Amino acid sequence: MPDLTLPDGPLPIVDARTTIAVFGGVYSNHLALAATLEDARALGARRFVCLGDLGGFGPRPDTVWPLLLEHRVEVLQGNYDHAIGNQLDDCGCGYTDPRDNHYARLSYAYTLAGTSDSFRAWQRTLPPVMREVWAGRVVRMAHGSPRHVSEFLWESTSPDAFLARMLDEERADLLLVTHTGIPWRRTLADGRMVINVGAIGRPPNDGTTLVDYTLVHVDPAATQPLTVEPRRVAYDHERLAREMEDERLPAEFVASIRTGWWTTCLEVLPPKERLRGRW
Amino acid sequence: MSRRSAALRMLVPAPLPTGDAVKLPLAALDTVWIQLTGTLCNIACRHCFITCGPSEDRVPMMSRDEVSRVLEDARALGVRELYLTGGEPMMHPEFFAVLEDALAVAPTSFLTNGLFLDEHAGARLAAIFAAARYSLDVRVSLDGMSAAINDPVRGRGTFDRITRGLRQLAAVGLAPVVTVVEHTTGLAASDERARFLEFLRALGLARPRVKFLPLLRIGREPRRTHGYTPGDLVRADDVTPEIAAALQCATCRLVTAHGVWTCPLLLDEPEARMGERLGDALGEVPLRWAACSTCVVEGLSCRT
Repeated sequence: MPDLTLPDGPLPIVDARTTIAVFGGVYSNHLALAATLEDARALGARRFVCLGDLGGFGPRPDTVWPLLLEHRVEVLQGNYDHAIGNQLDDCGCGYTDPRDNHYARLSYAYTLAGTSDSFRAWQRTLPPVMREVWAGRVVRMAHGSPRHVSEFLWESTSPDAFLARMLDEERADLLLVTHTGIPWRRTLADGRMVINVGAIGRPPNDGTTLVDYTLVHVDPAATQPLTVEPRRVAYDHERLAREMEDERLPAEFVASIRTGWWTTCLEVLPPKERLRGRW
Repeated sequence: MSRRSAALRMLVPAPLPTGDAVKLPLAALDTVWIQLTGTLCNIACRHCFITCGPSEDRVPMMSRDEVSRVLEDARALGVRELYLTGGEPMMHPEFFAVLEDALAVAPTSFLTNGLFLDEHAGARLAAIFAAARYSLDVRVSLDGMSAAINDPVRGRGTFDRITRGLRQLAAVGLAPVVTVVEHTTGLAASDERARFLEFLRALGLARPRVKFLPLLRIGREPRRTHGYTPGDLVRADDVTPEIAAALQCATCRLVTAHGVWTCPLLLDEPEARMGERLGDALGEVPLRWAACSTCVVEGLSCRT
């Protein structure tokens, strides 16, 4: 697992009025990535942060790389990127259900085989953690959680007191994570916030074909210097589905893109989130 | 030492001296187990690792007020998840109220033998599930896919009653986790797991979930099969950093009416008591007991 120790030294500071787009879980969905970047840019975002998991699930893993470079997306290393970058045996998702394991293995083998050496080397160098000061507020970004790259922060299993403890330990005012694929946000009684930005690689198991990311508006002069705007983006999901079929990816994955309901890797969902889905 | 505990010592090796044991620091207090009904249970399973039963009152039931104090401590310490266990937690006279209290603080699982899951309980649990902000997990114990396998362990007629309870949960749209003790090795292997999931689907559970647990050779189990041997005691080189990080006592504590213990397994070990309240029990745990080997070697975690 990647070392999550924060580097020493002063924190990067953002003290001008700006908008930052934060997303995660690209899962090789280059069409959703392009749509997200376009949406964010149209709404004034000039900086793009990806919280990791570039591959898995979708077609032709190298396709997302030029987009990330062109838009100077700052990428954190997710568990998938760590695994692909280091050519590990599996994605480290830790499924116990044989069906989930079967699909996780298929997806990982496909992604590993289709990722170029240079893209893999790039993924290996990605930083796993990021901590900055935006308009005087300490912002912590991580893939799963600040303490473990593969920890799932689901809405229904992240109680307020636990999140407060995590923010205390990180000395942070805002925590941004991904990894679960379902977005949510929580403002604690003292105003500190935790946001799971969701994923742009596949819809959040809600029967739509939209994907999610978050805009953070920074305004040092405002009474509330950080405001968050959850965004839902449409993209050409039918084209992605056809590309997945051309690549002979499992029909179950394609069905998730077309229907908006997850069909695989469901065992990690807590009961609240699981029972909202179709499967 | 009483005659009973002396006899038990013949079946379970004495713990290592504390000085010789591997010490495990608490990485974070994420999980709190609450021994809601102590050792009181309506059945007496032959493999029960803490010897619960209808007349087992050596660890008493906790009152709702006692539980509320634990919940306040848990909240103050930023605990992530709660488990209600026993005994049979549904025997508590204020079980549903306690469950709601717990769910107001953190996601909560309760562990049941399933014998109280009638129509009323199903409807009540479905309403609590729907109203709660955090997730509720119902964990039901079942020891096999037939009465012939389950009933000799859990009691005559229990297979039919447990499966009726599971159907009841399916009918109200809940997705319980069924826990199965591995009476034969390899049960958790892929084929058997798939068969068990199919069996649960046939009971009406559209989203079947199963958790296999290794046998714990303490409590009643040593009399049925065999206990641990001194060779099972944990040695320093057994505990790699990866294993240490995954051990449940690195992130959990058990609260009972008698104080706080290291974990749910060691309830009958007086020296595994760590203090009166959660805040007193944040120190390191010496892996002194033979049962620790089941977590270290077989990777047991009681978490869902």
